[in-house]
Amino acid sequence: MAVTQPADLVETEEVSTQAQEGIGQKVLIAVPYVWLLVFFLAPFFIVFKMSLSDIAISIPPYTPTFDLSEGWDGLVALWNALDLENYVWLTEDDLYWKSYVSSLKVASISTLLALLIGYPIAYSMAKAPSEWRSTLVMLIILPFWTSFLIRVYAWVGILKKEGFLNYALMWLGVIDEPLTILNTNTAVYIGIVYSYLPFMVLPLYAVLEKMDGALLEAANDLGCSPIKTFWIITIPLSLPGIIAGCFLVFIPAVGEFVIPDLLGGSNTLMIGKTLWTEFFSNRDWPVASAVAVILLLLLIIPIVLFQKQQEKQMKEDG
Amino acid sequence: METIVKSNQQQVFAPWTDPQNKPLLRFENVTKKFGDFTAVDNLTLDIYEREFFALLGPSGCGKTTMMRMLAGFELPTTGRILLGDNDLKDTPPHKRPVNMMFQSYALFPHMSVEQNIAFGLKQDKRPKQEIKERVEEMLSLVQLEAFAKRKPHQLSGGQKQRVALARSLAKKPKLLLLDEPLGALDKKLREQTQFELMNIQEKLGMTFVIVTHDQEEAMTVASRIAVMDHGRIKQVATPAEIYEYPNSRYVADFLGDVNIVEGRVGVTTGETASLNWAEGQSHLAVSTKERPQSGDTAWIAVRPEKVRISKEMPEEADNCLQGEVWDIGYTGNISTYHVKLANGQMIKAQVANRQHLANRPITWEDSVYVYWEKGAGVLLQS
Ligand SMILES: Nc1ncnc2c1ncn2[C@@H]1O[C@H](COP(=O)(O)OP(=O)(O)OP(=O)(O)O)[C@@H](O)[C@H]1O
Ligand SMILES: [Mg+2]
Repeated sequence: MAVTQPADLVETEEVSTQAQEGIGQKVLIAVPYVWLLVFFLAPFFIVFKMSLSDIAISIPPYTPTFDLSEGWDGLVALWNALDLENYVWLTEDDLYWKSYVSSLKVASISTLLALLIGYPIAYSMAKAPSEWRSTLVMLIILPFWTSFLIRVYAWVGILKKEGFLNYALMWLGVIDEPLTILNTNTAVYIGIVYSYLPFMVLPLYAVLEKMDGALLEAANDLGCSPIKTFWIITIPLSLPGIIAGCFLVFIPAVGEFVIPDLLGGSNTLMIGKTLWTEFFSNRDWPVASAVAVILLLLLIIPIVLFQKQQEKQMKEDG
Repeated sequence: METIVKSNQQQVFAPWTDPQNKPLLRFENVTKKFGDFTAVDNLTLDIYEREFFALLGPSGCGKTTMMRMLAGFELPTTGRILLGDNDLKDTPPHKRPVNMMFQSYALFPHMSVEQNIAFGLKQDKRPKQEIKERVEEMLSLVQLEAFAKRKPHQLSGGQKQRVALARSLAKKPKLLLLDEPLGALDKKLREQTQFELMNIQEKLGMTFVIVTHDQEEAMTVASRIAVMDHGRIKQVATPAEIYEYPNSRYVADFLGDVNIVEGRVGVTTGETASLNWAEGQSHLAVSTKERPQSGDTAWIAVRPEKVRISKEMPEEADNCLQGEVWDIGYTGNISTYHVKLANGQMIKAQVANRQHLANRPITWEDSVYVYWEKGAGVLLQS
């Protein structure tokens, strides 16, 4: 007895710690799911339900609404009142699909511009002496210390007719007449590229920085010129960074509202702006919700692609 | 000196003996500094066409740095490197007729084994068919036919090393630099590949410079070996010469096992010098062509396999010392007896195990004699 007792004790202790670990792990895994459920999935279903409702002059401005006091019959009535009318409407008025297409176009071009500007920046950061690099990364992140809204407002001051840019260009003698940049699509591109550039630069920098210099030397050694080496070694190897950067710029740019609203003009058509107008000016919450649901579905495609790519990358690295 | 050549070679390959011969490669007083650290120190060296030249030396002595200067990734701080008659200074790496196998392999991770091997050939815009054939040839050489479509991250360390070797060989360059090409291979595969390398080198008339940590490998493949230390070359000679006649304790010690006895030079008569190595002990005799200064400090180096051991006093021996068996090292084919002399000096003697271990006549703490001929040792003055 005296001998077996301690052994028994040890065993039960072990079992209980294992069980605790199991629960602890499950809780840990559950946290993000709960978070997603509460802050993403639930709101999405509310919006989705709204998109199936009808506009009404009431508070909230749509019908039907949840009314639990009527019990089961109330739920059935609610279900019966829902329809796809708003989605049909989106196809009838060409404003909507034009907004979608225009948003995709603006986002694509901005992404490309951000890539073209971001790549050389990331490349030179990665090639900088190592004691400089963390400072350079800091500088890239630095703008985030100021509110996004304020930075976009600042561009109004720069781009307007009597703004800094025109002043500087005229002073340099490049132009005689001030340029009209503010309230055009050009201003929107400038705004988006400026705001999202760090999201392009950082993933690019991450891959370029850890790239093995010996690979470039090996390519040179085998008779490949430095310029060609850049195209057939550096670019393909930085592809994960390019893809990550492009998605990180493209996805938020599609739904961007603040930038087109502040910097764009009356002919700047973007879905974020249309959504805002629908929601606040027309107070048509059901249609606004339908617009939002379609936007989300549109964005799910690139997000899923992005996920796939990340998984593939993980597999290759592991 | 010239008389020592590999006896199994019918034709003597020794272009370095003829001053008329122009070297393929010439290092002229090359120094390479990183900041104030000198990695390669005033190095002068000729390497001839068709040579299989081995660089041997401890870690960090500048072997890779030398190769990187040849390939063009580093420029000498001072001095010149000539390939034929051309100073390589202004030739960028991709224009040099030199290929290098990297110590870290540097395989392109986004390309398959096949594509890695074909890379250099593609840069030369060789015809498709030729590339295909050459890749197949290289794959079979390194026995990786089954892995042609794999990516580098799906290979083991030794397989990666073989791909790197195949890639550097594919272009059949005039000068091939191999930085520890076989280190990750098992003994059998390594020996096989060594002979393949020698075959290729001979067949294609290429010049190889190889870095290795394995002195046996260097002895096997090389036409000449350079032993380096702290960025300097200590000795350049054929494997036999460098083993039998090292020019310093450093070289003697670096290649193989050696006994070194320190002493003062006594009288030199004819080609025999004597070394006064311990109070009250008879002088040691050693053959030498040099005329060492009497009274100078010098060393006698003698390889353990040239030292004999017995329990009885040998009847006739140039050098005979008495001691006690301190330890016995057994490596299957040979036994190494560590004999402690009266003054504490250790002498190692190697004996081939002609009999089973149980019949060993000499054992621990036996009082024994170790002896060798005067021609078995070398007199070293540094
Ligand atoms: N880029 C560099 N900057 C500073 N020091 C360097 C650089 N490259 C090499 N060295 C130094 O030069 C010395 C020689 O390096 P090298 O790589 O030539 O050694 P090695 O003989 O090839 O050694 P190993 O057998 O370990 O490969 C080392 O002390 C190393 O630290
Ligand atoms: Mg090295």
